[in-house]
Amino acid sequence: MAASTDSQVADIPPSAANPAAHAPPPASRPHRRSWAPYLLSAPGIALFAVLLLVPLAMTFLLSLNSFSFYGGIADVWQFDNYIDILTDSYFHEVFLRTFRIAAVVTVLCALFGAPEAYILRRMDSPWRGLCLLIVLGPLLISVVSRTLGWALLFGSTGLVNQGLMALGLIATPIEFMYTETGVVIALTHVLVPFMVLSVWASLQRLDPQVENAALSLGAGPLTVMRRVVLPQIVPGILSGSIIVFALAASAFATPAIIGGRRLKVAATLAYDEFLNTLNWPLGATVAVLLLLANIVIIVGCNRLVERRYKQVFE
Amino acid sequence: MTYLVLDQLTKRFSNWTAVDRVSLTVEKGELISLLGPSGCGKTTTLQMIAGFLDADGGRVTLDGQDLLAKKPNERGLGIVFQSYALFPHMTAAENVAFGLEMRRINRADRDRMVADALKLVGLEQYGDRHPRRMSGGQQQRVALARALVIKPSLLLLDEPLSNLDAKMREEMQIELRRIQRTVGTTMILVTHDQSEAMALSDRVVVMNKGRIQQVATPQEAYDRPANAFVANFLGRTNLLPGLVGNGPAGTTIVVADSVWPVSQPLPSGPGALAVRPEKVGFVDAGGLSGTVRTRVFQGTQWLFEVETAAGRMTVIRQHDGSPLPAEGGRVMVGWRAEDMAVMPAAEPEASASREAA
Ligand SMILES: Nc1ncnc2c1ncn2[C@@H]1O[C@H](COP(=O)(O)OP(=O)(O)OP(=O)(O)O)[C@@H](O)[C@H]1O
Ligand SMILES: [Mg+2]
Repeated sequence: MAASTDSQVADIPPSAANPAAHAPPPASRPHRRSWAPYLLSAPGIALFAVLLLVPLAMTFLLSLNSFSFYGGIADVWQFDNYIDILTDSYFHEVFLRTFRIAAVVTVLCALFGAPEAYILRRMDSPWRGLCLLIVLGPLLISVVSRTLGWALLFGSTGLVNQGLMALGLIATPIEFMYTETGVVIALTHVLVPFMVLSVWASLQRLDPQVENAALSLGAGPLTVMRRVVLPQIVPGILSGSIIVFALAASAFATPAIIGGRRLKVAATLAYDEFLNTLNWPLGATVAVLLLLANIVIIVGCNRLVERRYKQVFE
Repeated sequence: MTYLVLDQLTKRFSNWTAVDRVSLTVEKGELISLLGPSGCGKTTTLQMIAGFLDADGGRVTLDGQDLLAKKPNERGLGIVFQSYALFPHMTAAENVAFGLEMRRINRADRDRMVADALKLVGLEQYGDRHPRRMSGGQQQRVALARALVIKPSLLLLDEPLSNLDAKMREEMQIELRRIQRTVGTTMILVTHDQSEAMALSDRVVVMNKGRIQQVATPQEAYDRPANAFVANFLGRTNLLPGLVGNGPAGTTIVVADSVWPVSQPLPSGPGALAVRPEKVGFVDAGGLSGTVRTRVFQGTQWLFEVETAAGRMTVIRQHDGSPLPAEGGRVMVGWRAEDMAVMPAAEPEASASREAA
């Protein structure tokens, strides 16, 4: 389930991805229940069920099976795989690494993406379009070629290390490949456009005169930022963070190329179980646990921040 | 005492001059109105004074200090924005308190001042509401309270009452006037509403296409418009083409078959004469002859349309029992020389063609 970044975007509930969208007022039709909405959304629901719910259910059922090296997959229904994973420190480490990377990437994306979007909005017309294109550029390039580019840049004979050594800043090449730092940097670059887009959307609703009003009342630029701009773009940062976190936690291509075999995350672990060890039930268990953990963390954080900034979300 | 001086203030947007060499002197404690059609540069002028737009030329001094050199947050002005510009994530009370917080006023005083300000605009029960849950008029009043509470020495108001109902508007007008009188706040008020400008202002500034057309007391601007634009913009007027001549008897203007003395010096050539409908009467001699086309009774007054050689004129006469001509009758209309204004011909067209050049 983690093979492509694109398919993940559709999993995020639209309300979380875009709090700016106000639901239209419900049509006042107190007596007769109308079937039209259900009929009209039936094709969508059918597609959703066939392409998402069925495979998910099958993955879950698969995770209950058992596997032995000689006997293959046995049709039993038990939670042994879950117990194995939950008690094995190797799996703990992989999951912990996955969510540590996702959390750091999310924070970095917020730190870079939000100011980036703000600066972009303040730019003048021709430059703004150009810079927006540059920021969103990574989205136009395949995740594999993008990540391979990073690998070339990061390698011990790559541009970054060569440059730093030529400048005399470092004596030996810094190890980016197969390290968490490398994965975090690459994932941040890959995912920052989602943050920029999401903050951009909430900035569009910001009246520039509101900042001027704060200035005229004697607030310095930093105070304006902290007291006026930031609270208003929190929904954008939050929905961006949800997207980035979900994509980072389940990212496959980037950790697979930069992290390699040595630095496994949940997605690459599941992949290896499926295709190398051929232990499908264990791979399915990893995938299900990743999904569950993702949902719990995202929903929990969403609740927390939503409560804190209640009035902004109205 | 001169307080605010705008000197040749100019703002260009790419190839469009929104504010063109505007010069204005405002006395301390004065309430001055900017009047003009939509898009004439009123908001742009205020934004330059406030520092949100950089001027392309000219100077602004406040109390002798160069205002353009200061940052917007150091100018200490109170501003009511045309779009209100309330902080959407703060309650009405927090909005009003913001300026006081920035001035580091202690909590108790702040709460008291906020409550007073909200009371002043009639929103004492709405303190903990968010702007999004308020009507346009309520938001506008919060914006007003937010600007008033910091007791600025200069208050810029961009159509601050446009969204209020007639009664509320009248109350707020009286309140603004009272504050201006008692606190001595200098105010620049932008408004579309002529009667509001007339009622409130010490002086009005009539603008068109980024230029000041006239600066005068409301009465003066109404009675003696500087040019045809002002005459037409402020109320109904009769604008008659004529010929200005300078002879031994002084300056005169000839309008069709009548001659009128002109008090101010004016170059000879084509000119125009403006006179308000209610200042025109029917005379026996020495006027402009014409024919009554229509005659409409309007309760307290009569409205006449009179066809003259200089063009169609509107005449308003009080319904006071005096004999009035009938429709189709030959009449002669006249007015007192001090009730008319004479100006060079076709001023607005001339400035429009300069704009295009
Ligand atoms: N940022 C901008 N870029 C380009 N042109 C602008 C900009 N802001 C204003 N203008 C133009 O400058 C002129 C003056 O605008 P301004 O907002 O000052 O008008 P106004 O007198 O306040 O009108 P209104 O009564 O409708 O508020 C308008 O023609 C407008 O189109
Ligand atoms: Mg305006």
